Amino acid sequence: MEQATAAPLKKTPLHARHRASGAKMVPFGGWDMPVEYSGIVAEHMAVRERAGLFDVSHMGEIEIAGKDALTAVQRISSNDASKLQSGQAQYSGLLTPQGTFVDDLLVYCLAPAHFLLVVNAGNIPKDYAWIAEHIKNVGDAVAVDASSRYALLAIQGPKALDVLQPLTGVDLAGMKYYWFAHGEVASVRATVSRTGYTGEDGFEIFVPPQSADRVWQAILESGKSADVIPCGLGARDTLRLEASMRLHGNDIDDQTTALEADLGWIVGWKKDDFIGASALREQKASGVKRKIAGFEMLDRGIARHGYDAYAGDTKCGLVTSGTQTPFLKKAIGMAYLPVEHTAIDTEFDVDIRGRRTRARVVPMPFYKRPK
Amino acid sequence: MASYPTNLKYTKDHEWIDLFGEKGKVGITDYAQAQLGDVVYVELPEIGAKLKQGQSFGTIESVKAVSELYSPVSGEVVEVNAALKDKPETVNKDPHGSWMIVMKMTNAGEAEALLSAAQYGELIK
Repeated sequence: MEQATAAPLKKTPLHARHRASGAKMVPFGGWDMPVEYSGIVAEHMAVRERAGLFDVSHMGEIEIAGKDALTAVQRISSNDASKLQSGQAQYSGLLTPQGTFVDDLLVYCLAPAHFLLVVNAGNIPKDYAWIAEHIKNVGDAVAVDASSRYALLAIQGPKALDVLQPLTGVDLAGMKYYWFAHGEVASVRATVSRTGYTGEDGFEIFVPPQSADRVWQAILESGKSADVIPCGLGARDTLRLEASMRLHGNDIDDQTTALEADLGWIVGWKKDDFIGASALREQKASGVKRKIAGFEMLDRGIARHGYDAYAGDTKCGLVTSGTQTPFLKKAIGMAYLPVEHTAIDTEFDVDIRGRRTRARVVPMPFYKRPK
Repeated sequence: MASYPTNLKYTKDHEWIDLFGEKGKVGITDYAQAQLGDVVYVELPEIGAKLKQGQSFGTIESVKAVSELYSPVSGEVVEVNAALKDKPETVNKDPHGSWMIVMKMTNAGEAEALLSAAQYGELIK
């Protein structure tokens, strides 16, 4: 989560564009970011039904390079980066020795000895310090905070491919999910990856900051006939929650392990030692006591981050995310509950501002895009 | 830009009250709905609830946040707008037409001292 800070808010290269377009701006992770343009519901629906364009330049980019770069990445990142080919990316965790989250991240394999880690905006200095400290004895590998060298745009939704393809020579249809390629977008040098944080098909586009506005405008122009609209962090949050993607600071943090977060699939169980490995192996063997679960509200109300969960009169867990989802039109959320309460259809209560409100465990993801 | 009807009185908590006789209809301002964004729930009190000026009479919840509703005046709730339960989004579309409760006032002086449209316009500048 964002921390209170007296430092002035940082601005992405598209900040002036957001202001000029009348976006509502909020502080997020130390940045002055657009929370909504035309409204969270309208933007959410645009992404589910057409496509939406996001400025996610606040995200951090940390590069690790050198002969032993893979060894370094394997040490600090929970997933198995040796499975990556050049041009491929994976979701992973930056874990503490206890197996809890310093951050979550995407690991891009740029070349056999060159990796790009995309991390959360509010965590950039902390992550960079953590990584630098933990790879210093690895050998020939160095970490560089390259965040200021990248602007990052995301075009997300069923029409994303049709909107982006006319602007680039990169074969988007031939690009598999979680792969990327270098090329040009709107005549600007770019790296395009088939990734996103919305549960839809879509692309994330890394461009030099000075060209970000040009690419932003070109995508909106190309998407005009498909009614593609700019979107803010508000819709990004409701979209990712509908798709059951975890948000660091809400659903995962340094108190929750990868197994408790039901993210065992981003743990490279077969690889050599990495930070958090022994704690996670131990927890896997003994079994977790609590686990994240998806829920929907049975009574009216929205269970939000930080609300307590109850089994009868006993406080048993904590809601980590919750909203009224514009597409599914339900109040949903994620909560940490004792494992014995996480079976599908188990009912529990959430204390919504003093009122006990009924909820039921449901399978995640809440939303899965049609094939 | 939104205009603020001159026949209404306003609070610094962004409620309005439309006075008629010893009663007043209460809602939230255009500024408030714009700050909240898409409204998904409006929770209102029971008829008969007695409120002091500035006391919470319910909550309004948007996709991104929840916020309290404060009574502009002291008195008794004599009507609630049940239609908002199923159509909360009307608060976004027509904030100055979407009344939430009708208050029967116990102290008319309180309403007189509330902000005028011009004063409220200055406040949110």
